[in-house]
Amino acid sequence: MPSPRYWREIPSRYRLEATKCSSCGKVTFPARKVCPGCRSRELGKLRLSRSGRVVTCTVVHVPPGDFLMHAPYALAIVETPEGARLMVQVADCDPAAVAPGMEVALEFRCIRKEGHGGILCYGYKGVPTPPAGAEEPPLAAGNDAAAEKPQPAATGTPEASHA
Amino acid sequence: MAGIVGYGAYIPRKRITTEEIARQWGKDPGTISRGLLLQEKSVPGFDEDTITISVAAGRGALERAGVDPSRVGAVYIGSESHPYAVKPSGTVVAEALGIGPEVHVADFEFACKAGTEAMFVALALVESGRADYALAIGADTSQGAPDDALEFSASAGGAAYLFGREELMAEVIETYSFTTDTPDFWRREGEFYPRHGGRFTGEPAYFKHVTAATRGLLQKSGLAPEDFRYAVFHMPNGKFPLAVGGQLGFTREQLETGWVVPTMGNTYSGSSPTGLAAILDVADPDDLILITSFGSGAGSDSFALRATDLLPERRGRAQAVRAMLDGEHRYVTYGQYAKYREKIIVNE
Amino acid sequence: MREVAIVAAGMTRFGELWGASLRDLFVEAALDALAGAGADRLDSLYVGNMAGGQFVGQEHLGPLVADHMGMTGVAATRVESACASSGVALRMAFMEVASGFSDLVLAGGVEKMTDGADVAEVLATASDQETEVYHGVTFPALYAMIARAHMQAHGTTEEDMAWVSVKSHRHGAANPKAQFPRQVTLEQVLGSAMVSEPLRMLHCSPVSDGAAAVLLCPLEQAKRYTDRPVQILGSGMATGSLALADRDDIASLDAVRESAKRAYAMAEVGPEDVDVAEVHDCFSIAEICCIEALGFADEGQGASCARTGETALGGRMPVNTSGGLKSKGHPVGATGVAQAVEVFEQLRGESGERQVEGARIGLTQNMGGSGASSVVHIFKGV
Repeated sequence: MPSPRYWREIPSRYRLEATKCSSCGKVTFPARKVCPGCRSRELGKLRLSRSGRVVTCTVVHVPPGDFLMHAPYALAIVETPEGARLMVQVADCDPAAVAPGMEVALEFRCIRKEGHGGILCYGYKGVPTPPAGAEEPPLAAGNDAAAEKPQPAATGTPEASHA
Repeated sequence: MAGIVGYGAYIPRKRITTEEIARQWGKDPGTISRGLLLQEKSVPGFDEDTITISVAAGRGALERAGVDPSRVGAVYIGSESHPYAVKPSGTVVAEALGIGPEVHVADFEFACKAGTEAMFVALALVESGRADYALAIGADTSQGAPDDALEFSASAGGAAYLFGREELMAEVIETYSFTTDTPDFWRREGEFYPRHGGRFTGEPAYFKHVTAATRGLLQKSGLAPEDFRYAVFHMPNGKFPLAVGGQLGFTREQLETGWVVPTMGNTYSGSSPTGLAAILDVADPDDLILITSFGSGAGSDSFALRATDLLPERRGRAQAVRAMLDGEHRYVTYGQYAKYREKIIVNE
Repeated sequence: MREVAIVAAGMTRFGELWGASLRDLFVEAALDALAGAGADRLDSLYVGNMAGGQFVGQEHLGPLVADHMGMTGVAATRVESACASSGVALRMAFMEVASGFSDLVLAGGVEKMTDGADVAEVLATASDQETEVYHGVTFPALYAMIARAHMQAHGTTEEDMAWVSVKSHRHGAANPKAQFPRQVTLEQVLGSAMVSEPLRMLHCSPVSDGAAAVLLCPLEQAKRYTDRPVQILGSGMATGSLALADRDDIASLDAVRESAKRAYAMAEVGPEDVDVAEVHDCFSIAEICCIEALGFADEGQGASCARTGETALGGRMPVNTSGGLKSKGHPVGATGVAQAVEVFEQLRGESGERQVEGARIGLTQNMGGSGASSVVHIFKGV
């Protein structure tokens, strides 16, 4: 990733800066100079909420080179309360559990690294928001991929925490 | 009078148990677990590092403080695992939080005490009046070498403190720092894992500096251990902080709340700062709190704080440390842990 | 505007053609077409190619292929629209002849994908670099999201998609130029490795090398070259939002629908008049969405057509008698013109075992990326 290209996108990648059309109200992310809805040039700035709902999703099993060790990972198109849609990975959950309608929080993460010597590229990923009032999941739940297993709760009992 | 106007913390959601690591190396899990008083530790994903942890913790601090990011005059990130060897973490964190460009930014480094170091400087800056608000963050995603004692404890996480002069959640009463050149733990440029002096890291390093800094603080402030409701020390494992606390005259009850290491591991620059956040999550107004960090190399920063009326009023604005430790988290196998910590050699 | 005809076609085999370079492939297809017409000169040529620069480090393909065809000097233009590159090249050639500007124009396409580049990364340059590729998107991932949206909205199943692959391979088994000229079973498709949920390996078109070319001239001059010209009745092109997130309805390919409307209007025919069609099945879900957008099936009803045999040879609307991109192969820059080659042969009664009886009107639909560009051509056997 050439660094000027990365640097130009910092407002959208770090702060979710979007534009809202003064004529038709359409919210576009990332920011644009021409409204894709009505072609107006009168576009005001807007920062998106760090939350949204999954519109559609998939789990990538065959990743591109930079994401080699990351697969399988979930990708989703998420719609924020402002009506903007963005493509993000969904992290910190079983990728297969991601489904349309799921509520996510948007968290700042390192999206990609350019090999061993290139720049680090940051942005947002979705993290599922547990429904309000949900019970604490048992330790056995929520595996990242088939291989991540629940650990027995046997170790780490209160006995071990008192010297 | 200056102090904390907002605080936040973040602990990654993956965990690996002491047992899983012990099994990998053919060690008896029970012995390790009892010896270190460690149950499990946090594991960062590929997408988490000191910068992302700092942003999450920093957000909590700004939310609790209710301060506009553009008013923050300094951002200091203390870590021993800054993502770049040359290029600051602080600039990414500042931009992500909407701070700047009129802001002073610096990255700090001093093994595990880089966090309290940042806190010391941030405090001094607002006390001097040169800035109205200063954000200090201690965060790490430290590495432990395979089959080494530190592999059981080296974990990831961080805490952030916004310092100011008005509307304090906790006043800083006094500070004391104690530093000598002690080569107990180090990492040379280009090396992937740190090295340490084994048992030398105990008495001449950790215990000497934590004890000296804490005693210095008590003497300077005229306070005694029994005056404090809570105390937290740097937590390289479960045993050391309880031992030093006991030696200094603190009771188990005073140490318990800040003692988050058994299920978090050692988050290095985030260690005692996260313990402090756990205390602030429950402390009552007028409670006195002591925090002493330790950074190998070596040195300790000690702070005495008093909780204010604003603490219970505002702390609900962001997530508590206990909720992060006990809430949603997922266990990984050693193989997955090795993958996430990039201990596996891959073709470029 | 003059009426325009295709008078000859040429095509290489599609597959992993280790012994052939990019220039070799194009020259073979182009010279085949010229030989078929008995022509030894050109007014101009268009070469459709998505990523010669990224796959083999070669740009400036216009003069390169003209040179290696032995036609240095001729006007030559490289056209790029991701996987719709040669469909658009055909459109350009059509316009150049229809306008009266030229009398003999070659439209071809070529792609050389197997020389060692990271294919997924190269193909991903057809999606949005800043908002999609940045986050780890791949082509299968985009179509997988379209599939998920289609399944959500219309109840389409993984099995429905698998039937498309089964049908394509049944047709492709009879195509000597196909990359995979053999049948596959439903079980094989559903048991193949997952690429991006819900799309499996056998729901996805392969990585291929290949080239195709057609020769165009004014209809009134066609008899100089062939007894059985095929007229181009209409050409329609449209674009859609490049990024999937920016589309109103993720399950609907608006650019395809619009390009088809424009082509039907120009040709003055409707979907019910089409006897045979080559449709862009880069992934089996794409065929389902495209036949809906082309009007061969109602909105949301495309999923069952392969299973019921409606879109198979012998059915009411045969789609992809060549084997489609799935079985025939998908050298991305060559696909558009290769589709025209199949329809050309069908409308001349030359398709052998794959012949649609009495085919008179044919249609090709070629799209780029996740459907951000689409070009439709309608043909009539003369």
